[in-house]
Order: sequence, then C-alpha cells, then structure tokens
Amino acid sequence: MEVFTEKKNVKGIQSDGESKKDASKKSIVYDTKDLNLWYGEDQALKNINLSVYENEVTAIIGPSGCGKSTYIKTLNRMVEMVPIVRISGEILYREKNILNKSYKVEDLRTRVGMVFQKPNPFPKSIYENIAYGPKIHGIRSKKVLDEIVEESLKGAAIWDEVKDRLNENAYGLSGGQQQRLCIARCLAIEPDVILMDEPTSALDPISTSKIESLIQELKKNYSIIIVTHNMQQAARISDKTAFFLNGEVIEYENTNKIFSNPSDKRTEDYITGRFG
Amino acid sequence: MEGVLKLQNTKTNLNIRDLIEEKKKSKSVGNLTEKFIPGFLFTIAVISILTTIGIMLTLLTETIMFFKEVPILDFFTGTNLKPLGAEATFGILPLLTGTIISTIIAMFVAIPIGLMTAIFLSEYASEKLRKTLKPLLEILAGIPTIVYGFFAFTFVTPLLRNFIPGLEPTNILSPGLVMGIMIIPMVASLSEDAMSSVPNSMREGAMALGATKLEVTWKVVVPAAISGILASFVLGISRAIGETMIVTIASGSSKNFTFDITQSMQTMTAYIVEVTGGEAPAGSTLYYSLYAVAMTLFVFTLVMNLIAQYISRKVREEY
Ligand SMILES: Nc1ncnc2c1ncn2[C@@H]1O[C@H](COP(=O)(O)OP(=O)(O)O)[C@@H](O)[C@H]1O
Ligand SMILES: [Mg+2]
Repeated sequence: MEVFTEKKNVKGIQSDGESKKDASKKSIVYDTKDLNLWYGEDQALKNINLSVYENEVTAIIGPSGCGKSTYIKTLNRMVEMVPIVRISGEILYREKNILNKSYKVEDLRTRVGMVFQKPNPFPKSIYENIAYGPKIHGIRSKKVLDEIVEESLKGAAIWDEVKDRLNENAYGLSGGQQQRLCIARCLAIEPDVILMDEPTSALDPISTSKIESLIQELKKNYSIIIVTHNMQQAARISDKTAFFLNGEVIEYENTNKIFSNPSDKRTEDYITGRFG
Repeated sequence: MEGVLKLQNTKTNLNIRDLIEEKKKSKSVGNLTEKFIPGFLFTIAVISILTTIGIMLTLLTETIMFFKEVPILDFFTGTNLKPLGAEATFGILPLLTGTIISTIIAMFVAIPIGLMTAIFLSEYASEKLRKTLKPLLEILAGIPTIVYGFFAFTFVTPLLRNFIPGLEPTNILSPGLVMGIMIIPMVASLSEDAMSSVPNSMREGAMALGATKLEVTWKVVVPAAISGILASFVLGISRAIGETMIVTIASGSSKNFTFDITQSMQTMTAYIVEVTGGEAPAGSTLYYSLYAVAMTLFVFTLVMNLIAQYISRKVREEY
C-alpha cells in the first residue's frame, strides 16, 4: 500500500503553530466510551470506543450506511432530532458526559460547530449568515459584529471573494463558496471543535482542494472531525483515521499507519478498493 | 435486444409488440378528441374571461352614471350617508370606516392566532398531530359565514356586553372578532404551508450553532417563509374586506361615521345587501350608488390581491 505517498508527514505538522496545551502530549477533546445507538430496532452504532485529540484532524471513513453520519451527529446530539433514537454509553466532551440529560445541548453546540454535506446557508445576506450565531448568543454591537464577520470570513478563506458583496444573498455564491461561508458561520462563534460531514462531496475538485487546505489551516486553532468517503482526502488531510464498518470501529490509528500498514484485513480491503 | 425480448416472450407467452400495435389502432378515435381538446379548452377560457370583463364593464358604466349625479369628490369625502328621503346624501366614508375598522379588528385576531397556530403545527407538533389538526382547520374554513354571523349576534355580543356595558346590541366589535376567528384557519393553513416548505437543512444549520427551538423558528424559519406568511395575511385582509354576512347580521345598518367600535356601523358589503334587499328603483341615484360602492369594494380587494402577488414574488427569500 504505497498509493498515498504524497501524504504529508503528520508528526511534522503537529509542532507548527502554538498549540493550546503541551505540544508533546495532546489532551483529549472527545472520549467516546461503549457507545451504542439504535434507530428504533436497528442498531446503527455498536460499542464505539474512540478518543479524539486536540488540534488534530480526525477522519472517519467507511462505506456508506456504516454509521459515520450517525456518529458525528451524536457528537453534537443533532441525532436526537430523529425521535426514535436510543443511545447508551458515554461521550465525554472535555471530560463531561454530553449524553447526560442535564447537559445543555445549546451550550454543547455553541462549542462544537458543524458543517454539513450540502452547503446550507440561511436565505439571508452573506453578512447576516455570519452574524446569526453571534446574534443569538447576545452580541448586538454593530461594530463587534462587523469585526466578527470580517475575521470569520478571513478565517474561512473567503473574505476576498465576498468583501464587496456582504449584503447580497448567500444563495448567489457558488457551491464551494457557500460551503466556506458555512465554515465561516461556524467560526463566528469561536468553536472548540468543528464537525464536518462529507463537506466536499457536493463540490468540484477546485473547491474541494480549497477546503482541504483551509482545514489544514484551521486545525492550528480547532480540533476537526471529518467524515469523508474519499480515502485520498482522509490520507491527505487527517492525522488520525477511524475506519467504520457496519456500525463498528474496525480500526483507529494514525493516518499514515492505517494507509500504509493497516492491521485489519477489512481495513486493507476497503482502502485498496476491494469493497465499498 | 432481440434476445431479451424473446426471453420475455417465452416467459410470459405474450407478444408485447403486438399488444402495443393493437392498442395503437383503437387509439385513433382518441386522436380525434386529442385534436379538438385545445380548441374546446380555449373557448371555455375565453368565455370566462369575457364574463369577467362584462361584469367590470357594467360596474364601470353604472358607476359613471352615479358620478354624473353625485360629484366624485363629494362621494369620497362625504361623512354623511343618507341614501333615502328627499335630501339624500351619498358620502362613502361611513362605509369605508366600517369596512376598515372591522377588517382591522379581524386581523388583530387572525394574524397572531393564525401565525402561532401555524408555528405550532409546523415546528412543534408531532407528525401525527399535524396530520390530524391540519384537515380539521380546513373543515373550519368551510363553515358557512351565516353561521358565524349568527354566532356573533346571539353569542359573542351578549357575552361581550357582560364586560363592556356600553356595547350596543349591534356593533362592529363583535362581528370583527368573529370574522377574525373565521379567517384564522386560512392564515394558519397558508402560513403553515409556507413554513413546512422551508428545508430542514436550514433548521439544522441554526441548531448546530446552538440556537434554541424558538430562535430557529423566529430567526430562520419565519424569515425564510415570510413571503408566504405575508401573502396569507393579505389574503386574510381581502377576505375580511369582502365578508358580508357576519357584518350584515351583527353590526346593524346604522351609517355612523365614527371610530367607536362599540357602535353599530355599516360596511360596504352590508350596504349593498341592504339596498339590494330594499328594492331600489332602477335608474335612481340609490340604485347607481350600489354600483359605486361595489366598484370601490372591487378596487379595494383588487389592490389587496395585487399586493399579495407582489409580496410573494418580491419578498421571497430564495433557497
Ligand atoms: N433517520 C434515520 N432513521 C432510521 N434509520 C436511519 C436514519 N438515519 C440513518 N439510519 C440508518 O443508520 C445507518 C447508518 O446511517 P448513516 O449514519 O447515515 O451512515 P453513513 O453516514 O455512514 O452513510 C444506516 O443503516 C441507515 O439506514
Ligand atoms: Mg452520511
């Protein structure tokens, strides 16, 4: 398996930028313990144990229907929008169990942003899209909002493209721009973690590569968990990769390890394209 | 291809090609109707358009006749409406205020309650509850207005008189309120349609930012559905303007020029009912005044409908 030789040296990236904690030992952002999830009678997640580290890009790969979206939506409890869902186990986010009923889900989502498969800007102006989050969290000052909008758009590498049309409807943007706008919308509330569910699957290759390099930038300040069905993408941008199959984590490893020397036969079959 | 067909034939013992050919032959009669249908439909469409134009022309010519006898300015600025007797005066303002005030009262009821019902149905109710309540609403919308009028006169007015001692037995308040109740289902149903067609991905986007249900509703769903919601309001208003039975029964026929909602007032529609019922001799000023009032009413509702159309085209937030 030497297909992905262009992959960057993971260890090398870790040291650049000042990381929030001790550079040698990263702290755990999300710790999933014995997580099971059912849609009615169908079990979609089976006994998941997985630790996500700070300032890393964690990729989740696997064939479609294996529970990737379900898992990532459990991390911000969006999965609860499906009324028939039942969950057991623990997900510790910064050492607190978010599955506890007493954990306020709005607080969680203020710290954990999400980017969806299909760009979903609000049918408002570009400016209002970014200002929405800060506004609902009580920021009113026009001056502060202006600054947040500019910083967020810069952070999502889209400022130069939209700075002259902030008051135009976001739906006038291209798909790739809309997706970066959605990333900017996340950044506007200064999250700790950004969840991304196949953020480039609806985009053309150029937009995709823009977003990939954006993710590389973002991980200096944020922890990123990204679902992707594109293995080259996982190999290019992630530090760790989890391979899901039928609701189980088959293998979770450093990305270069998993793509060069997977320990499970099924992982190898998947990344060499023998199924999925 | 051949192979596949043959395989099918041996399986089903049917010759599909033959069957199709047969059907084609029996279709030749159908082809003839096919030819004449467009012409037929066109004729029907032309008839309905001509009828409408005819009505408008009649309205217009009779209205012009009226303005030959009563100066147009006197009509639109006159606060006195005494259509009978030797010294008849025709000022439409009492009817205009009656219509506008009853409409405003109705919308004070219908807009908030209708919108909140729509929000509940679209954002909070379970799928099951929504499927039961929505048809119920539509049934409510089908109750004949005379029933509402009766309800206003025999139930609401006496009830209100317990709280508002000065309320006249016929007054504009009670029919206004009942008209509002009548319009609630329409506003609720149309607004609900507009809100449920807002894609779920938008709600998800907002929720993922930590928005509460209420914030998602008010700051994402309602703005995204605003064109449909406003259009439902405007249609509600035009329904209230054109409503006849309820005001005729419960508001009496005093041609008061007043803003006191406890008093009896007459609306344009109720005036038309009254005068038509009173056998106005054809060719009299009284007779022509019917057309002038009807024309005013027509222009009112037309403007409202145009506004509704404009809103649903212009205010739309695209998604
Ligand atoms: N809303 C839902 N209701 C019932 N079953 C669901 C729902 N969403 C997903 N599933 C099921 O859960 C499994 C995992 O789905 P998903 O997490 O979307 O997979 P992936 O993102 O890896 O393609 C699938 O078998 C799917 O049919
Ligand atoms: Mg998915």
